[in-house]
Amino acid sequence: MSINNEDVQKIAHLARLAVGPEELDNYTRNLSQILDLVEQMNEVNTDGVEAMAHPRETKLRLRDDAVTEENQRDKFTGLAPASENGLFLVPKVLD
Amino acid sequence: MHNKSLRELALGLRNNDFSSVELTQYFLDRIAAHKDINAFITVNKDVSLQQAAEADNMLSSDNSHPLTGIPLAQKDIFCTDGMRTSCGSKMLDNFIAPYDATVIHKLRQAGSVTLGKTNMDEFAMGSSNETSYYGRVLNPWDKNRVPGGSSGGSAAAVAARLAPAATGTDTGGSIRQPASFCGVTGLKPSYGRVSRYGMIAFASSLDQGGPMTQSAEDAAILLQAMSGFDERDSTSVDIAVPDFSSKLEQDLKGLKIGMPVEFFNEDLDAEIASIVMDALHEYEKLGAELVEISLPNSHLSVPCYYVLAPAEASSNLSRFDGARYGYRTAEYDDLLDMYNKTRAEGFGQEVKRRIMIGTYALSAGYYDAYYLKAQKIRRLISQDFSRAFEKCDVIAGPTAPGTAFRFGEKSDDPVAMYLNDIYTISVNLAGLPGMSLPAGMDSHKLPVGLQLIGQYFDESRLLNAAHRYQLATDWHKRRPDGF
Repeated sequence: MSINNEDVQKIAHLARLAVGPEELDNYTRNLSQILDLVEQMNEVNTDGVEAMAHPRETKLRLRDDAVTEENQRDKFTGLAPASENGLFLVPKVLD
Repeated sequence: MHNKSLRELALGLRNNDFSSVELTQYFLDRIAAHKDINAFITVNKDVSLQQAAEADNMLSSDNSHPLTGIPLAQKDIFCTDGMRTSCGSKMLDNFIAPYDATVIHKLRQAGSVTLGKTNMDEFAMGSSNETSYYGRVLNPWDKNRVPGGSSGGSAAAVAARLAPAATGTDTGGSIRQPASFCGVTGLKPSYGRVSRYGMIAFASSLDQGGPMTQSAEDAAILLQAMSGFDERDSTSVDIAVPDFSSKLEQDLKGLKIGMPVEFFNEDLDAEIASIVMDALHEYEKLGAELVEISLPNSHLSVPCYYVLAPAEASSNLSRFDGARYGYRTAEYDDLLDMYNKTRAEGFGQEVKRRIMIGTYALSAGYYDAYYLKAQKIRRLISQDFSRAFEKCDVIAGPTAPGTAFRFGEKSDDPVAMYLNDIYTISVNLAGLPGMSLPAGMDSHKLPVGLQLIGQYFDESRLLNAAHRYQLATDWHKRRPDGF
């Protein structure tokens, strides 16, 4: 199954990646190559096979709902591209 | 000095032949002298020497560890408190990790010295180290060739003896394939053996950290210090860690080595096939018995992986949004524009390709055909191994279908690049431990790796088999000219 430039644009939007018009053909070609490779999976019948999400299918552990980490707010906001009063700054979302 | 084993270095430190400060300075000088290899992204001399001075104090007290005072190269995927941790990406070029990964924490607790952070394919996505934002790493055996990837910086550093040993990570072959290309010993532990906390996530159900060393004996020491249950990794397995070094010498008499017929078919390069067969005959001389096994679905491991790994990556890498840390684009109109541009500018081509493949595979209408199908095939691949291990104790074969290739040879063709991992990927899908050890040289004088695959949590057996082979051969002692 191959994909076209329009599909790539849609995928790029879902993935939050700006893709310029000059890059489209290249992505379409490469992603189609990869999907062609992936198509080989259809050679084998998997009816009745249980999906395997993880190599160790044990239950995830639970822990007590207690504070285990110390507050390092300043250290973390110090890494941010923009922060103020201990908050991460992003462009306005709601008007 | 740079060819000494970890045990010899530990002994030298204790006999006062040299101090940790001297040893660390020695390797810092080697890194500087071989800067063209580009094995390191970050070296902080002052931090390393400070840690070495602390290690010297530790050595003079009684509470030292086999790694105390030994400088180690750390793959730049492990968060290192106070140090840039880039994961080979522009996205994290300015990221100073605010905490230590558990692997780093454990190795520092043991008194080892962080020598620097090694170069890697961006976000560990690649088999040649050509996708790093910091430029390619040169293979010390032939500077026109790739070191493999993604842990190419670590492999090149150990091969060129710029560090006594290094850490790597392996999602589809990223420890074993560069180990094979650079002629070093690399081990990917069983899934759950080594904590993933603070190890920047690529595909969380496949990623494992492990040692890259000059020998199996060294790998046992490093793995020992890296392993163990960690509350902070929800998939860490709470199982006792055996003393890996104590079982190295065990006799191989009666060891059953499985040879997958699918690994020795016409796709395998004839020269590599013959080198791997020589290694297997050496095992027969050591008392092992070769048995033919079949992994009938192994040809589906690459297609299956290139759905699952990108799907997990597209989810994991959504955290890089320019809001909390890392790169943010300079100009943007609104939040969506900020995300789109930040990610377009911060990620390289290969990372973007994989994010898009993963996004597609998980998107409405395609989930069953791709993601669910791949998870079912993962089950079949895992069952193949379970059946094979009814007939053998370890599985052996080539690590990679070829030796180190030239720069640019596969960089325009993602699928050709992916096929480098045809023999390693199935091991990650099943979560088993796997290892690559030097087993010969091809006609271009490039190293060839032998892959050993073990049962769950049976790293001891792999290390034992590798060590006995290394006692009988000297491939692991070969090193590139000029180093």
